[in-house]
Amino acid sequence: MPNYSFKLNGQNVKVDAPADMPLLWVLRDLLGVTGPKYGCGVGVCRACTCHVNGQAVQVCMLTAADVVGKRVTTIEGLAPEGGLHPVQQAWIEEDVAQCGFCQPGQIMQAAALLKSKPSPSDADIDQIMNVCRCGTYCRIRKAIKRAAAT
Amino acid sequence: MPAPTPQDAASQDAVPSGGPTAGGPLTRRRFLTYVVAAPVLTVAASSVIAPGNADAVVPSPPQPGDHFDLGDVMSIATKQNQDLFVLEVTPENRIIFRVPRAEVGQGITTALAIIIADEIDARLVDVDAPLEDARQDLGTAQSTGGSSSVRSLWDPVRSIAAEARARLVTAAAQRWNVSADSLTTRDTAVWAPDGRSATYGSLTEAAAQVDQPAVSTDPKPASEYKLIGTATPRIDARSIVTGAAKYALDVDVPDALPTVVIRPPTLKGKVQSYDASEALNMSGVVAVTELPTGVAVSAKTFHQALKARSAVDVTWGSGTVDGVSDEDIESRLTAAIPPMTPALPSTQKLDATFSFAFVNHAPMEVGSAVADVHSDSAEIWVASKSPTGAQSAVASAVGLSADQVTLHVIRAGGSFGRRIYHEPAVEAARVSKAIGHPVKLMWTRNDDMRHGRVRPRSHHQLRAVYTDLPAVPREVLSYEHRASCVELDLGSGTGQALIDAGYVSPTIGAAFFNISQVCPYNFGVVTESLNEVSYDMPTATWRSVYSAQARTAEEILVDEIGKAIGKNPVEMRSMFLKTEKARAVLDKVASEGNWGRAMLPGTAQGVALHAEYRSLAACLVEIDCRGSNPRVTKAVMALDVGRQINPSGVRAQAMGSVIDGISTVLLAGNHMDNGAFREGSFSDFKYARQADAPLTCDVHLVGGAGEPGGVGELCVPAAAGAVANAYARATGKKPRNFPINF
Repeated sequence: MPNYSFKLNGQNVKVDAPADMPLLWVLRDLLGVTGPKYGCGVGVCRACTCHVNGQAVQVCMLTAADVVGKRVTTIEGLAPEGGLHPVQQAWIEEDVAQCGFCQPGQIMQAAALLKSKPSPSDADIDQIMNVCRCGTYCRIRKAIKRAAAT
Repeated sequence: MPAPTPQDAASQDAVPSGGPTAGGPLTRRRFLTYVVAAPVLTVAASSVIAPGNADAVVPSPPQPGDHFDLGDVMSIATKQNQDLFVLEVTPENRIIFRVPRAEVGQGITTALAIIIADEIDARLVDVDAPLEDARQDLGTAQSTGGSSSVRSLWDPVRSIAAEARARLVTAAAQRWNVSADSLTTRDTAVWAPDGRSATYGSLTEAAAQVDQPAVSTDPKPASEYKLIGTATPRIDARSIVTGAAKYALDVDVPDALPTVVIRPPTLKGKVQSYDASEALNMSGVVAVTELPTGVAVSAKTFHQALKARSAVDVTWGSGTVDGVSDEDIESRLTAAIPPMTPALPSTQKLDATFSFAFVNHAPMEVGSAVADVHSDSAEIWVASKSPTGAQSAVASAVGLSADQVTLHVIRAGGSFGRRIYHEPAVEAARVSKAIGHPVKLMWTRNDDMRHGRVRPRSHHQLRAVYTDLPAVPREVLSYEHRASCVELDLGSGTGQALIDAGYVSPTIGAAFFNISQVCPYNFGVVTESLNEVSYDMPTATWRSVYSAQARTAEEILVDEIGKAIGKNPVEMRSMFLKTEKARAVLDKVASEGNWGRAMLPGTAQGVALHAEYRSLAACLVEIDCRGSNPRVTKAVMALDVGRQINPSGVRAQAMGSVIDGISTVLLAGNHMDNGAFREGSFSDFKYARQADAPLTCDVHLVGGAGEPGGVGELCVPAAAGAVANAYARATGKKPRNFPINF
């Protein structure tokens, strides 16, 4: 089985994985990182959104080979151990989450957006395609704006 | 065993003695709280039945939803069980209440923690609200549904917290040898006038030995609430935003094998034969197991299980609705509508016919469960709104008794009604038993969309008859609503509670329709009925159940009657609403939403109202229909939910319901094609995303006194009605078939 090395949440990891195994399952089933969620497996719902070299990606659409030598960040690694990223802080202050299942992906998407656009417009926020079935979109919008202001 | 020190708790609400046909003397229930024998203070609540008291009873037999609804059924189910709910104070100063409900995102754990913290005078961070394992002794009282959780737990939870507080105060008084009356409580501690304090944790062992509390065990008056009514973020917010929150498939059960199921091409098709030889030779594959619902593949990883799934060659038998498509169902639904009552001379009638497509629940977390089954025991981890039903179903599937099955209720990644049913737990248990290994079983999104449950397709014929004489004010003389829908499976959870309470005639669904449908308007003679059409397909209650369609249709008709008699939508409602409370929420959205402001062509406001669960909601939206996709740009809601436990949670439910309204009216449904659902994921099941959501959604809370009403499902019909009415006013079209863009 091929062996892949990448940086996961700041730590170097090596993993033996089938070449065609989606990174989502590499993370969840081989590395025990459960923050990224399965919601569709086809890149549509975006519950598995993580960062690769700081860019938001759907890890159900990548393999381990795609991230060799790169920095993979999941929700667990967004903030330093024990701390909160400003987006996570804003999420708590706006009381965004309901069931919470999509929120790791939503937060990773929002954090990447704010990195590229520190003051996103409503139109920028409209581009977020992550599904939230509880319908927390209005609070997500407010939380992104709150995080942008901090 | 409970120590016999009954303290008459505050709750003395009177309830009828049984279902709709129950006769005999009326009874009245009181809560008893008592100490459970334990080394630390552990308080439980029970109920007793006292003789009837004529001036304190709700009339019986129960009348339709005006008087008695599913929430009342749940309150009775809740109160009838013994040794109900237990509150424990640990030496570590944790206040633990094991929540006999599911947390599916609705915020019940936060709401209950707030009630307990306020009543016992603890800091909210010192209260733990873990989900209770399935308990057969609770039965349907452990079910979550009908927006009834706070309504049914409000009294018992306050009672046990007040009882516990009284005993802790008494223990402190004994320790300090001072009068208990001189002591106060705050911040999870008892305080003496001289400034001394003792944490509850330090008093809990002594409090467990208190014979008789020396201070009142009555819940505090509302004027003393500090947390109840104050907007508070979810108690689990941090664990959610850091990814620490565990859903069923995140639970670490050692060696549980990832398992997926190959499912039939049409609904409920049966396996005739299969060849798994190729799959069994694939890397990581451990076992292939035939199930009543398909063929399960278990492997070392989900990737390997999913890959092997496509290598199994299955020959399928026919399904239960092969060849049936939407148009076949629609014609049977239409045929099931009885003839409408003819209008009298000198009156005008307004007829309208509506249909609503199937809608999947589509919670973000797909169906999943972990199971570890042995010859004489089983352990299950599943997000279930009907834990005792799931426990019984698992037990029966694997040949055990219910008490041999330990079923852990895990937080759910959404439900919307879906998790009243528990197929994944039963499948996981069967596989675990067959292969002698723990498994974690997952439905794929395709499985969930094509084989998961749906809100049944429904058809509605409405007729309003109004006066049409010169010089006579126009009045609505009668209003008739005849609905038909694909039969709703109510045989689990709160539906089972309804059945247990006797609501079964002519069908369970029709009985439920009768107690849930209340027209909030003075429309003269109001007649509403439902006929169900039977198909063997997986249906389920979907957030707000019949009201989401029936009341939406009615709210559209209200606008159309208004147009016919020359009243704008707010005037129309204001004129005909039955109650001042309803008028208050309408007035609030009209003023806060700037009703009647000038709007550009192709854009419009729409308004609707809904009353259910002892609560009221009005919604006003603005829609922009100028582009290819209509966009709701703004939403304003006003709610009267009685006592608000956590206004932030109440608002969250309203906001989510606005998204449900937008989605089900404009965007998302499921087609039935030849016995199978067409949609397969969120790419074709077009539930609203950020770009479909309003830019602002303001929720105003009015009222707030008295008992709490239901919240979770309250706002869906108001939101859906407002979206449909705004669409009609912006486009000049009469919306009839939903979703509009299907």
